[in-house]
Amino acid sequence: MKDTTGYLDMELLRFSTAGSVDDGKSTLIGRLLYDSKSIFEDQLQAVKDASKRLGGEEVNLALLTDGLRAEREQGITIDVAYRYFATPKRKFIIADTPGHIEYTRNMVTGASTADVAIILIDARNGIIEQSKRHSYIASLLQIPNVVVAVNKMDLVDFDETVFNAIVTEYKTIAETLKLKNVIYIPISARDGDNVVDRSSKTPWYNGETLLHLLETLPVRVDENNLPARFPVQFVIRPHSDKFHDYRGYAGRISGGSFKVGDEVTVLPSNTQSKIIAIDEGLKSVTEAYTPQSVTIRLADNVDVSRGDMIVKTDIHKPTVSANVSLLVCWLNHRPLNVGGKYIIRHTTDETRAVIKDVHFKVNINTLENILDDKTVNMNDIAHITLKTMKPLKFDSYQENRTTGSLVIIDEATHETVGAGMIVHDLEDQSFSI
Amino acid sequence: MQEKLTHLKELESESIFILREVAAQFEKPALLFSGGKDSIVMAYLAYKAFYPAPIPFPFVHIDTGHNFDETLTYRDELVKKLGAELIVGSVQESIDSGRAVEEKGFNASRNKLQTITLLDTLEKYKFDAALGGARRDEEKARAKERFFSHRDEFGQWDPKNQRPELWNIFNGKKHLGEHFRVFPISNWTEMDVWQYILQENIPLPSLYYTHEREVFNRDCQWYAALDAIPRRPTEEVVVKKVRCRTIGDITCTGLSLSTANSLEDIIDEIASSRITERGGRTDDKRSESAMEDRKKEGYF
Repeated sequence: MKDTTGYLDMELLRFSTAGSVDDGKSTLIGRLLYDSKSIFEDQLQAVKDASKRLGGEEVNLALLTDGLRAEREQGITIDVAYRYFATPKRKFIIADTPGHIEYTRNMVTGASTADVAIILIDARNGIIEQSKRHSYIASLLQIPNVVVAVNKMDLVDFDETVFNAIVTEYKTIAETLKLKNVIYIPISARDGDNVVDRSSKTPWYNGETLLHLLETLPVRVDENNLPARFPVQFVIRPHSDKFHDYRGYAGRISGGSFKVGDEVTVLPSNTQSKIIAIDEGLKSVTEAYTPQSVTIRLADNVDVSRGDMIVKTDIHKPTVSANVSLLVCWLNHRPLNVGGKYIIRHTTDETRAVIKDVHFKVNINTLENILDDKTVNMNDIAHITLKTMKPLKFDSYQENRTTGSLVIIDEATHETVGAGMIVHDLEDQSFSI
Repeated sequence: MQEKLTHLKELESESIFILREVAAQFEKPALLFSGGKDSIVMAYLAYKAFYPAPIPFPFVHIDTGHNFDETLTYRDELVKKLGAELIVGSVQESIDSGRAVEEKGFNASRNKLQTITLLDTLEKYKFDAALGGARRDEEKARAKERFFSHRDEFGQWDPKNQRPELWNIFNGKKHLGEHFRVFPISNWTEMDVWQYILQENIPLPSLYYTHEREVFNRDCQWYAALDAIPRRPTEEVVVKKVRCRTIGDITCTGLSLSTANSLEDIIDEIASSRITERGGRTDDKRSESAMEDRKKEGYF
């Protein structure tokens, strides 16, 4: 690769995959890594050695992603694994998660930062409970693109009618779940059909190959059209002779863009000011976008600290409230305690909260709401309300994945026990099939 | 009109966010500095994250006493240039005081002993967060580690009981005596690091570029012929053009035969390489889960 300038110009795409041992997920990842030359000889040799030791005949590419000793010994993936590969067009981060219901929390974790979700469907089995579960999570976490990869097409003789039947059935689910952009691809991960290269065995398929799609799907297009949000992370005050009066608010832009001269409001105090400078590292810029880390300087000496949010004055403002309604995925062995107090982390803000009520739980296999059982255990998804000690400044998760998300922390163990997606309108989130 | 956000910009932005989170959430963080390219990139990212204020935490170097001279010279110059504070934890002192026992034999290394010195240093200065330059693409146990990685009061990592990490929300809550290891460049690959060094024009220790050196071959790997590694009588010293792909302690840093003398050459070399950078690291080859085992005990 002589053309290093090309590499400096690449974009980043994050995608998640979820699946179990048999659906070909590891084979697919193995193929993407292998075909993009991201597996090195010493890694391949280590996998070959381990496959032999574990008594396998063939080289098991799953061992590339099973990183922990317990996972290798038991032959299962327990935790989220992050894998990396690049093509000349893009760099990819894969959040590879196990697909079994016990691991819902890991799927939610992997999906939280994904731009694309790949849902693998075995062409022989069609849409099963697990496919619906993965789709629900993609919808819950608002992943902008869903790729339905109908795998093992070789085992159904690349039959167009099998593919079409699955597409038709899935469209109903996609509509119910309000999935945004859904793309269907017939593939064979084992042989590589339509993964990197177009397959000669699917002349009836006119769409793109999986890799080409991943290389060209628009990423983060909507983020800069969102109302501008800047959660203040850290106050920079050098106290030096050279920068005597410097006072900058460091943070990462979490929606929209800001430019020098913008009239801004600091929440929750509602103080008004104006941006006089935006610093990025050692230089100053005139405009900055999501998700850049920058430092904003204001015209007035206003009181701003970590956890505050700077927004543009003339746009739709976030809700400032201590009553928060959200969908939560419970992550811990200790069930959610209604009436219990927890620590809430939301953007750079932190406060305490009490859980007021559990409204319903979601059966993520049937997508029905459960109203009579309100015990929220690990891997459960529920609609809850909580009241915070000081008001939060938030959007709904549907509007903004950063300012609409929060985590719940146990006060005693300090573990992260819940992942919350803020909702405005309950009706939006009650699915039924 | 907005310029396209490149992957390097996005990675930089993520890492700076995490560095600032550490400064905000912890009382006494430190940056673990090894003199290798990853920790050099971390040092520059930290400089950017808080500019024009000074970096609000010291650099900690765990010195095995078996470092290349070039590494130490570079370290001292960098610390001066960035206006950072440097604390050195000495493995030799741990050995002298009886806290650590030197390994014996031709393959002896102080790599494992570093863990003792590291944990002692963190405890001595009461550091509650240690920033490291580890990346998830380096090794399979690291692929599952969090950005904010919790350590118990013995400095141990429990891989089966890691806190879920969602969106960009990081939970650094801990009990007295516990600490965190934080890895801001988790999502970078070896190639990203080199491309960033090129883009930002970051000077590197000369060891990374080709140079003539007295070396010897052991188990198909070239090592520097220096006193830190005792040689067998059969191991012949020859002069070769070599460079380091990673820099660690002399005893575990394999050298590759290379004529690369610019960043562009190095990037070409890596792009066509079929061996991972840790392929030259003796410390990982001791067993299949060598890294996981060392990490559980409190290694970097």
